[in-house]
Amino acid sequence: MITVRELTKRYARNTAVDHISFEVGKGQIVGFLGPNGAGKTTTMRVLTCFLPPTSGGATVAGFDVLEAPLEVKRRIGYLPEAPPLYPEMRTAEYLAFVGKIKGLRGAELAKRTNYVLERCAVAEVKDKVLGKLSRGYRQRVALAQAIIHNPEVLVLDEPTAGLDPKQINETRDLIKSLAGDHTVILSTHILPEVEQTCEQVIIINKGKLVATDSVERLQNRARGAGSVLVEVAGRDGALDAAAVQRRLEQVSGVSKVFVRETRGNRSVFEVESQRDRAIRGDVARAIVESGWDLNELRTAAVSLEEVFLQLTSSDAAEAAAANPGARERRPVTSKA
Amino acid sequence: MRNIWTICRKELGSYFVSPIAYVFMGLFAVISGYFFWRWVAIFIAEGIELQMRGESFPLNINEQVIRPLVSNVSVIGLFLIPMITMRLFAEEKRSGTIELLATSPVRDLEVILGKWLAAMILYAGTLVLTALNYAWVFRYGNPDWKPLAVAYLGLLLQAGALLALGTFLSTLTRNQIIAGVLTFGVCLLLWVFDWGSYESSSWERVLAYLSVLTHFESFAKGLLSLRDAVFYLAAIFLGLFLTARSLESLRWRS
Repeated sequence: MITVRELTKRYARNTAVDHISFEVGKGQIVGFLGPNGAGKTTTMRVLTCFLPPTSGGATVAGFDVLEAPLEVKRRIGYLPEAPPLYPEMRTAEYLAFVGKIKGLRGAELAKRTNYVLERCAVAEVKDKVLGKLSRGYRQRVALAQAIIHNPEVLVLDEPTAGLDPKQINETRDLIKSLAGDHTVILSTHILPEVEQTCEQVIIINKGKLVATDSVERLQNRARGAGSVLVEVAGRDGALDAAAVQRRLEQVSGVSKVFVRETRGNRSVFEVESQRDRAIRGDVARAIVESGWDLNELRTAAVSLEEVFLQLTSSDAAEAAAANPGARERRPVTSKA
Repeated sequence: MRNIWTICRKELGSYFVSPIAYVFMGLFAVISGYFFWRWVAIFIAEGIELQMRGESFPLNINEQVIRPLVSNVSVIGLFLIPMITMRLFAEEKRSGTIELLATSPVRDLEVILGKWLAAMILYAGTLVLTALNYAWVFRYGNPDWKPLAVAYLGLLLQAGALLALGTFLSTLTRNQIIAGVLTFGVCLLLWVFDWGSYESSSWERVLAYLSVLTHFESFAKGLLSLRDAVFYLAAIFLGLFLTARSLESLRWRS
């Protein structure tokens, strides 16, 4: 449904998007993930024919963005980062206006307007002036304008930015319910959003494509290099945490051991393995053989966030290459 | 075509929801009403004076009231037109709605024509208000309506040219005030260019030719001059053409 080939967009001083290629299949819901300034908005603006690419190209529903922009625009619904609302217009009036410039007329226009008013739960404010609506309503009206002409492709730029948690959940459910009929590509810098709403994820950083895969596979990929949480208890009274730590460090395949917390005679350790080494059996045996109780042994849950940090933080990637297994917890350097 | 009308209706709606249309029409009516009152007062005073001297030199309402009055109205237009055009594109750029228009299946030209047409309709509506003054003249006098119609055609053409330029200048910035001040400055220049036209250096003649007001003189007299009409039509075309180029260049630059 969407094909992007070697897309590059250069501005006067910087390159916003640098040779990005990806494809999105029909009916898929894809997360476009990256820190601020990664080039998400630029890519979306090229897809919606707002900006022309410097080189490379993109097709939407089989039409090239440069050669047949009107055909692309007919088939695409776009929610820009800032809701494109006219503050002096009323909700229903605004949606009817957008429907008209998207090519709807007469009975069809009235039908679609009523449909999106209901679908996006903005029917109760249909006679209110847009400038006086709350942030959540404004966002939903903006979403309603994106789907009013029933486009094949929906491009949503940070659809949940600035909403409160309840509104975020409602918006996510709405987006999820739109997939299937529509191919959805949504950008975000919030990771749980991708985990919860998307099937596919495309990660870009500083204009370059970092990874493109299914959410599940990316999580698994990160889990391979993950660590194990071990809770150990002393059999009689106090536990010598330092001794346990020393013992665990001797287990083959273990690269690092941290004490996470100590409570009474129990301590939780985080044991990091060298890449691709199964250590859980050896760790368990080492503890039991040393005369301690093994209360719990589990894989530390790796969220997409950590994958993301690993993939986008170039410092972390270098550190990981130099010292395999070491995990860096560094905030993503973001440039606005 | 339908898209032009859709955009035009939306712009007209914006004019009348905000105070702009009312302030514009109100100011225009008050100022032109003031001028009307002055010219009629002068006309009556002259008439009384002539009667007292016992002369029977015929007074001409067309020449002595309508002609100076439409010239005044054209200058009022020059001053107030920036009010109509300053928000046309600057506001869309500021609020981000330009992204909606640019990603909808409408051509740039349809958007531009729709907006310009809305500005023209607002201006034409305002001219209708000033026509109420003439109802008075027709009630108590016996002027010729044809020169008046020609003068109003001239007013519309002149406004069309300035509105097209204002529309263009509004695409250059996201700040309405700057767009308004720029348009005002350009209108002012186009007015004063003919002040030096007594000189005869070629430069001054070129500048005088560019002045929108020199081309209005024949219309004010009630003469339908093809040459001046062509000047205004060319200016409208140039303004709208520059607007289209400017919108297109925005995409390549931003």
